[in-house]
Amino acid sequence: MAIDSKTSAKALEILAAGYQVSHSKSPAFYDTYERKGDCKHQTHYCPGCGHGVAHKLIAEALADLGLQDKTIFVSPVGCSVFAYYYFDVGNVQLAHGRAPAGATGIKRTCPEAIVISYQGDGDLAAIGTAEIIHAANRGEKITVFFVNNAVYGMTGGQMAPTTMLGQKTTTSPWGRRASNEGFPLHMAELIATLEAPVYVERVALSDNKNIMKARKAVRRALEVQRDGIGFSFVEILSPCPTIWAKDPVQARKWVAEKMIPEYPLAVFKDKAHEAIENRAIPQRSVQDVLEIRAKDDVPLTELPKHSHHAEDLRIKVAGFGGQGVLLLGQLLTEMGMREGLEVSWLPSYGPEMRSGSANCHVCLSQRRIGTPLVTRPDVLIAMNEPSLRKFAAQVAPGGLILYNQEHLPQDLHLPHARVLCIPASEIADKLGSSKAANMVLLGALLEATHCLLPATAEGVLTTKIKKADMLTWNCAALRAGREFMDNLTPDGTITRAH
Amino acid sequence: MSGPDRGNVVINLFECKGCGLCVDSCPPKCLELLPELSASGVHPAQYLGKACTGCGICFYCCPEPGAITVYRLTPPPKSVPPGELHAAAL
Repeated sequence: MAIDSKTSAKALEILAAGYQVSHSKSPAFYDTYERKGDCKHQTHYCPGCGHGVAHKLIAEALADLGLQDKTIFVSPVGCSVFAYYYFDVGNVQLAHGRAPAGATGIKRTCPEAIVISYQGDGDLAAIGTAEIIHAANRGEKITVFFVNNAVYGMTGGQMAPTTMLGQKTTTSPWGRRASNEGFPLHMAELIATLEAPVYVERVALSDNKNIMKARKAVRRALEVQRDGIGFSFVEILSPCPTIWAKDPVQARKWVAEKMIPEYPLAVFKDKAHEAIENRAIPQRSVQDVLEIRAKDDVPLTELPKHSHHAEDLRIKVAGFGGQGVLLLGQLLTEMGMREGLEVSWLPSYGPEMRSGSANCHVCLSQRRIGTPLVTRPDVLIAMNEPSLRKFAAQVAPGGLILYNQEHLPQDLHLPHARVLCIPASEIADKLGSSKAANMVLLGALLEATHCLLPATAEGVLTTKIKKADMLTWNCAALRAGREFMDNLTPDGTITRAH
Repeated sequence: MSGPDRGNVVINLFECKGCGLCVDSCPPKCLELLPELSASGVHPAQYLGKACTGCGICFYCCPEPGAITVYRLTPPPKSVPPGELHAAAL
């Protein structure tokens, strides 16, 4: 650590006189701050800034509670964006206001970690209002430190949601008026109205006594998380001498005189001692979730025998609303699940699909799926002409198009893909219901690609469809689709328009 | 008070930004801002050399992580005499 020789000589002298260190830089801080510029021995905060004090309270608590090595600190956007230069813990910096959302993901994937979301009032109470409310409402087992200085500090003093009535800022030069800018947001009170949060307190860095109370609150909030109890939230009223145009001592007094009357200090909620219901997610097997019963022909345990020749298969199913487009996609994913594949199903909803084109994206893969979005499908199942026209060009070169008609439209030429024209609606209609056209196409798909086992399809249908006659139609339609494909001769199998 | 002071404090002139919060918060008022400017162009705080009780409040009021180190005579006092607030007891 950078230290002048005079200081270190003094320290040695004091130790030699029998004194022991009682308060010193927390080991949860880095020795040297590897940040831009020359001042690697100092924080970037202005003299008298509350962030430094808040950082020290957190760092001390992390070290004292033995949590430093398992802490992941989420920095916000704002002056404290550079917290990662100071805290010697795991660090993540997130987009404006999104810290609680990111912290949720981190905590859920690393439940043993202590996850801290450190945010200012512009970050948490304006652009990130949705994130904090929902993280709190879900009762994420994270700790949020909300540093409120009633202003946008980093950007030069604009009005924040927490700016007080009458307070002048660059964007409220006449002082904030309720009639025009609304009332200041009381985040601690707001969070405390929610059911899930366990511990909510507001403290202030206004004087010695309140700073020590803040110290206690910081520790308590971290203990709540350490003990796996639930969501903890500490609002810290904090001085911003630079933007408030006050010297640091005056700024601290201003917190006491102006901010505390508007933002009263209190423990708004502490239910850490109440019995907490077990929020563990019930672990259910795929068989359970899919309601696979013993009578199914295809028990899951036997399935990995099927050799999936394709590593990935991206499928787009499209047609009119009501043609069973989304259902066909769901069946494919469920079949994939039964066969031990990674699957995803992404329906495309929207007002345009009412009596228009509905579609869904299906991925079947032997690896984890990065995105459920299918932009270059290997297979397009087009159940009507508009869908064919809309999506045919997206199909990957050498891909497959299953089209629910006997012929392609005269004007459509699709040399890049293999096109199979199957009059699925007619075939299904003859079997009893044109609604089973999707099953005809499923049968054709299975026969054309061998991507999944027909027996799996029948297993899924048996589980899904409770009515006996419906089951019969659908299974018949499935078989009809496969037979249609089987009856095609190698030449001329593909009906193409001229 | 006879004998050595119970506390002692060292301020790193290199890290101090001269905000003066420690001077303002010190219960026995044993800190001051130097009249001279430090290398970074501020009047840094320094210990007057006597009367420190080792309460540590200056440490908590200081925004710089490593600018202040507080010392206590060993063994530390087990109880706080009335009228002398220690940081941990506040």
